[in-house]
Amino acid sequence: MNRYEKVGLTKEEYKRIVEGLNREPNDLELSMFGVLWSEHCSYKNSRALLKLFNTKGERVLQGPGENAGAVDIGDDLAVVFKIESHNHPSALEPYQGAATGVGGILRDIFTMGARPIANLNSIRFGHLNDERNKRLLKGVVNGIGNYGNSVGIPTVAGETVFDDCYSDNPLVNAMSVGIIRKDKLKRAIAQGVGNSVILVGHTTGRDGIGGASFASCNLTEESEAMRSAVQVGDPFMEKLLLEACLELMDKEYVVAVQDLGAAGLTSSSCEMALRGGCGIKIDVSKVVTREENMLPEEIMISESQERMLFVVKKGYEEEILKVFKKWNLNAAVIGEIIDDKNLTVTAGDKVVGCVPVELLGDGAKATLRSYRRPKYLDELHLDIDSLKRVEDLNDALIKVLKSENIASKEWVYRQYDYMVRTNTIVRPGGDAAVVAVEGTDKALSLTVDCNSRYCYLDPYEGAKIAVCEAARNIAATGATPIAITDCLNFANPEDEEVYYTFRQAILGITEASKVLNTPVVSGNVSFYNESNKTRIYPTPTIGMVGLLEDKNKACTIDFKELGDSVILVGETLNEIGGSEYLKVIYGKVLGSAPRCYPEIEKNTIECLTKLIKEGLIQSAHDVSEGGMIVALCECAFKNEIGVEVNVKTSLREDIFLFSESQGRFILSAKKEYVDEIITEFKRYGVLAEVIGETKGSKIEVNINGTRVIDKSICDLKRVWEEELQCIMD
Amino acid sequence: MIKAYIDVTLKKSILDPQGTAVKKGLEKLSLYTEDVRIGKHIEVLLKEDKIEAAREKIDEMCRRLLVNFEVETYSVRFEVIE
Amino acid sequence: MKAGVIVFPGSNCDIDAYKVLEKLNVEVKYIWHDEKIDDEDLIVLPGGFSYGDYLRCGAIARFAKALENINEHIEKGKLVLGICNGFQILTELKALPGALLRNKNLNFICSDCNLIVENTDTPFTNLFKKGDIVNFPIAHGEGNYYIDDEGLGELIKNNQIVFRYQNNPNGSVADIAGIVNKRGNVLGMMPHPERAQDKLLGGEDGLVFFKSVIAYFKEV
Repeated sequence: MNRYEKVGLTKEEYKRIVEGLNREPNDLELSMFGVLWSEHCSYKNSRALLKLFNTKGERVLQGPGENAGAVDIGDDLAVVFKIESHNHPSALEPYQGAATGVGGILRDIFTMGARPIANLNSIRFGHLNDERNKRLLKGVVNGIGNYGNSVGIPTVAGETVFDDCYSDNPLVNAMSVGIIRKDKLKRAIAQGVGNSVILVGHTTGRDGIGGASFASCNLTEESEAMRSAVQVGDPFMEKLLLEACLELMDKEYVVAVQDLGAAGLTSSSCEMALRGGCGIKIDVSKVVTREENMLPEEIMISESQERMLFVVKKGYEEEILKVFKKWNLNAAVIGEIIDDKNLTVTAGDKVVGCVPVELLGDGAKATLRSYRRPKYLDELHLDIDSLKRVEDLNDALIKVLKSENIASKEWVYRQYDYMVRTNTIVRPGGDAAVVAVEGTDKALSLTVDCNSRYCYLDPYEGAKIAVCEAARNIAATGATPIAITDCLNFANPEDEEVYYTFRQAILGITEASKVLNTPVVSGNVSFYNESNKTRIYPTPTIGMVGLLEDKNKACTIDFKELGDSVILVGETLNEIGGSEYLKVIYGKVLGSAPRCYPEIEKNTIECLTKLIKEGLIQSAHDVSEGGMIVALCECAFKNEIGVEVNVKTSLREDIFLFSESQGRFILSAKKEYVDEIITEFKRYGVLAEVIGETKGSKIEVNINGTRVIDKSICDLKRVWEEELQCIMD
Repeated sequence: MIKAYIDVTLKKSILDPQGTAVKKGLEKLSLYTEDVRIGKHIEVLLKEDKIEAAREKIDEMCRRLLVNFEVETYSVRFEVIE
Repeated sequence: MKAGVIVFPGSNCDIDAYKVLEKLNVEVKYIWHDEKIDDEDLIVLPGGFSYGDYLRCGAIARFAKALENINEHIEKGKLVLGICNGFQILTELKALPGALLRNKNLNFICSDCNLIVENTDTPFTNLFKKGDIVNFPIAHGEGNYYIDDEGLGELIKNNQIVFRYQNNPNGSVADIAGIVNKRGNVLGMMPHPERAQDKLLGGEDGLVFFKSVIAYFKEV
């Protein structure tokens, strides 16, 4: 193996480095190029396409390119948020992998000066009939829970999805949301020649060395043996770091702050210098290490967790060290800003490496790879008429409610402290969480979403749906969607077919987010989510933030009173392709993904949020996986309020019940408001009809005069509630 | 110098749910046990060179911080390090 | 009445406790772990993960400077309230008997939780009626209260059990959720009354709890 191959570089890339340096790089320099030019750090395979995103909007204060995005929410406040993957580390060591994922995303938020107020996550596994998947789920949930709970940030929402394609490649996407006064936003731009560079937080060890390049190759048995590439998280340290950093953010002498994530000191110092157009000199002998005899290159690329880099005005070093001492944190001046635009690494007085910041940080060429429509897309035809009719739809409903993807996720979210800080208005288990913004009447509505089965059947349509569904979840709480962050999880981009799906997904997100006016302000790409046996479905996870002007108006999914009218908004079509019903009952993942019309979604959302604001709506729930019948059950479960539905339709009964047509909501409202509600939706060009009323303690559905569903809520609720619990305990 | 290896375990009379879970986990692998109990392992490096003195110090550490005698008990093993 | 909320490194329900006291117009301040407590009438040891909860929950916090003269404080008859991690610290301090072990199901549990008020003859519960069911959320991984039979007998004899779980979530002996010391001025409990401070957040039973404390000082 060539020395450049050892650090994951290609021959062509190595050539460019030699040309740029005008000499061969030494080992330290080569290691730094290896990690920074990895896909994980350089986004070389995705950057060109990511430019397609619409990233601008009247509310956007900070778009992609910083530690996190920031959006104006009025009252001089900004919401700062980002989602990030920690897939590969979690596959090897689920507890630590997930925990450090949470730690990393939290640091991205408070590096911007914002106080994190909520965490979310999207996690995906193979089915739980396999012990290994159970172990992964358990470890990941423990890891996320323990870290978030210890730091004291509520974990308020998320999604847990099961599919065989994630068996060898679990996905762990963590999102964090913070609040800041918008004039206090900090950016990680190194400036001012002579200013000091301070490293604070945990000591530096050999953990996670090569983590960045590790995340950029496919998982093999070999990587199972690379265990040391996984970092260990210390939430207690993170909490101290968080409080110390927030105490310092106000200080005028703090020039810039950057957290140490993938590729450790190398990437953080290089990124800061690149943004500031300056150079940085780092003396590795000043770095406090936790292991003996660490090489300069180990120190430079270590991914030890809970560390931050500060640039401080010269002369203020003592001030800042005092604050860190108060919080019992290690901190040391390890370097300074210089004007020669190089990253210079010294060990004491001896220069051990020196490379131009621009070459290191920006030299990995963004490439648009070639792409080709995958063949499998032509083999997905589903003949609906050939599906044998189910005899008893009650049984089918129970099977779907028991499916791991539909069953209650309480086993997961009860391990997360979702209430700490006493701002959580709408808790996990509904469509989106609602978290009050302290000191205002406002609240944020937060969700993460992606139905990757749709993305597999149609990456463009599926990605559009991910955005629109997130927006519907937000709207169901009464909030207006304002911006998104995305985590693009894909297989190997060097495969033309994978790259095609990646491109289609980006186009889909762009289309939907433009129409909904929810710009992309931050995000992350994770490639190489595949093993020898399987590759994941295209999984563009969307994290969305919505704004609720009056927190007292927050709406939940639960039916509130007997005798209310139940309204179905939107059109139910002959769309069973990619549905949970098709998978659970027929064992098929085939057909077309449901069609998604962002313009109609936009009107529906505008109308619904207006009606909620006016107080006309008792409950609102987005219709998604499992279709209308599952949505009805979910509305009924919490307060155990039953419903009787009477509809006429030309669709097959099962398809009417389980179709996953987009753009739909189940609402409940007092009878006296119904006419006004229906009229208002019509004014927005949206179909809405009364389909029944809340009544008794059963779910009853009559289609064209025939009773097709007739079950007590208790029976349905029990199977839905107990399934995951039973599997896991 | 002396290295002390301290094992802190729950008292016998106290239910150890972690141990029970591991016992069940092993059974899934057809590895049968009579009992599994889980505890904490603490290694302490001391300047002392006499085991007597080290023992005294470790006992105090256990009494004052490392062990909660309400529910836990401990054992120590010493090793003299050149 | 004056109240102080001690902030240990790793505390994270300090703000919630502060908020509810402030809401009820109590003069309240934060006390950093290496400051000394003064003459506060109520000291709150809040929930969280003091010192990372490493070794054992609350084991290291008990050596904090803020707790140096906590025993004198208790002897003077001032009130001490330990919630969640605070309860763990109080048992480590031996201000309350027993210990808190890992939840029986080994997992952290966050949920609403119904409690039965067993003892209304304390400064913390005088506005409740015996047998009242209140909802204070729980959020803990080590809330499984343990005490030996003899100790349990003492607790019962002295009427020290203040709250019991309606449905025991964590394996606690005798469904115990909260206890007082013999004198009744130190309360430790795993559930979080400070989280039940607003209907919008799911309930306000906790307000009655803190109003009891205020009422107690009005009478004194």
